[in-house]
Amino acid sequence: MTDEAARVTLKTSGDVAFARQAAAKAMAAIGASTIKSTKFVTAVSEIARNAVIYGRGGVISFSEAGAAGQKRVVAVCTDRGPGIDDIDRAVSDGFSTGKSLGLGLGGAKRLVDRFEITSSSKQGTKVTLECGPR
Amino acid sequence: MLDAANPIPMMTINGCIIVAIRDDLDDQEIVSLQDRLVEEVAKRNAHGVVIDISSLEIVDTFAGRMLAAMAQMARVMNARTIVVGMRPAVAMTLVELGMTLDGVETALNADRAINAIVSDRSNKL
Amino acid sequence: MPNETTVASIIINDYDRVLAEWLKVQTAEGVKRTDLVSGKESEQQSRELLSAMAKAMPKEATDDDLDLAEAGWEPVRDALEDIAENRTQRGVSTTEMGWFIGALKQPLFKMLQSELGEKPRVLMREIWNATRLIDQISLHAIETLVSKREAIIERQRAEMTEVAAPVVKIWDSIVTVPLIGTLDSFRAQTVMENLLDAIVQWEAEVAIIDITGVSTVDTMVAQHLLKTASAVRLMGAECVICGISPKIAQTVVNLGVELPNIVTRVDLESGLAYAFDRLGVQVGRGSAGA
Repeated sequence: MTDEAARVTLKTSGDVAFARQAAAKAMAAIGASTIKSTKFVTAVSEIARNAVIYGRGGVISFSEAGAAGQKRVVAVCTDRGPGIDDIDRAVSDGFSTGKSLGLGLGGAKRLVDRFEITSSSKQGTKVTLECGPR
Repeated sequence: MLDAANPIPMMTINGCIIVAIRDDLDDQEIVSLQDRLVEEVAKRNAHGVVIDISSLEIVDTFAGRMLAAMAQMARVMNARTIVVGMRPAVAMTLVELGMTLDGVETALNADRAINAIVSDRSNKL
Repeated sequence: MPNETTVASIIINDYDRVLAEWLKVQTAEGVKRTDLVSGKESEQQSRELLSAMAKAMPKEATDDDLDLAEAGWEPVRDALEDIAENRTQRGVSTTEMGWFIGALKQPLFKMLQSELGEKPRVLMREIWNATRLIDQISLHAIETLVSKREAIIERQRAEMTEVAAPVVKIWDSIVTVPLIGTLDSFRAQTVMENLLDAIVQWEAEVAIIDITGVSTVDTMVAQHLLKTASAVRLMGAECVICGISPKIAQTVVNLGVELPNIVTRVDLESGLAYAFDRLGVQVGRGSAGA
């Protein structure tokens, strides 16, 4: 049931903007509400920026899942970075290795219907975001 | 992605700088906007800044931080800064992110913000 | 020719074999959505549909005069109704529904072929009859599935409007929303959306949330109110929460719930008075008869 709809290579901050555009397009394709779309695109922006800044670049791909009438958008972002040591801490508010406020990962998690993260020092970090239309 | 030939327009009316941010800026463009804004505040000796974000469909933590920083910088340069026109979906998303931009003054639209700045100014003078 | 083999005679006389073959094809074609409908349920549904067909076939035409709307086909229509009801709830797609019934063709064609292999003319006719029959049943099933789905959407829409909180403009630049009953996450979200949209629509500067009708104010509800107030402020308006009854004031303090940086008032009247004050509105009694 899963067809990949778009794929964006993440190297620069301009690519983060491309990822946002692809995310908005994917949400429009499933007829998502404005608020759901805004939340999902924002979450994608956070994750994509993390991949560029901390993950030495990566790839984010978008696809649709679910039966007709209740389709959802799934975004999978993988990077080539050093991985995250303590995932539980990374997704909690206020945690940051950089200069930010540390709301990125934890915030992204609250914005989507499903959030999954796996990380290893060898394979980098993989984040999955899923969001329905309403 | 920086489009030097077509930067975001800023205009100064009566000592008040008005800047309308275009949608889908990348991080680099936001940073250069911040640089230009603080230079403009100094050059014009502005006492007010209105940042219109009504065309922004997305404000993530980076853009939110930059907005807060711009407001703070303008304020330390003695310019009252008001962010206007935030969309409902953007406001709800920022709240969910935990970014309530507490230090940033807000108004519904540029008209109200300019009125507030102007009347504030005439009270002081 | 009373004993000639037809689609009907195969389904009626060879019922068990047809069913077994059908189930096999369903598995082979991958139309058995074991994640949505269990194998047992699928078998049960197939059995019901096939026996309904066997029941209807002696009474009704299965040739050129086939019409599923005839009274004799009622068991089949009922069976499809049940199957569609069940599958709608599981989120089965129309394609999957179509394949589920379409899979019946293969065993029927095979059996017709082996029975009528030497009479190509009769075989052609029966294959055509079988095709039309199954296509009609399949279309009917899809139609039923779609109309069930539409009914669900309609019901949800009705429920939504029922729970939605109406935002009203009570003065120039002032909007208010009365909250009644329980405030769960979903309703809080709806209220927030409606309120923010109303602020844009009426260019409101003050938004009054009246919680007089809210049954309990616990930490969760306070969280929702805080979030709403923050969003209202980001939009450039101010949020006033009124209807803090003595009982609510007590529970709020006893539970240790905090509402920092939010203007709170006892009732709508004092909330409105605060808003007037903020906007510089003067309200007075006009001299009568002037």
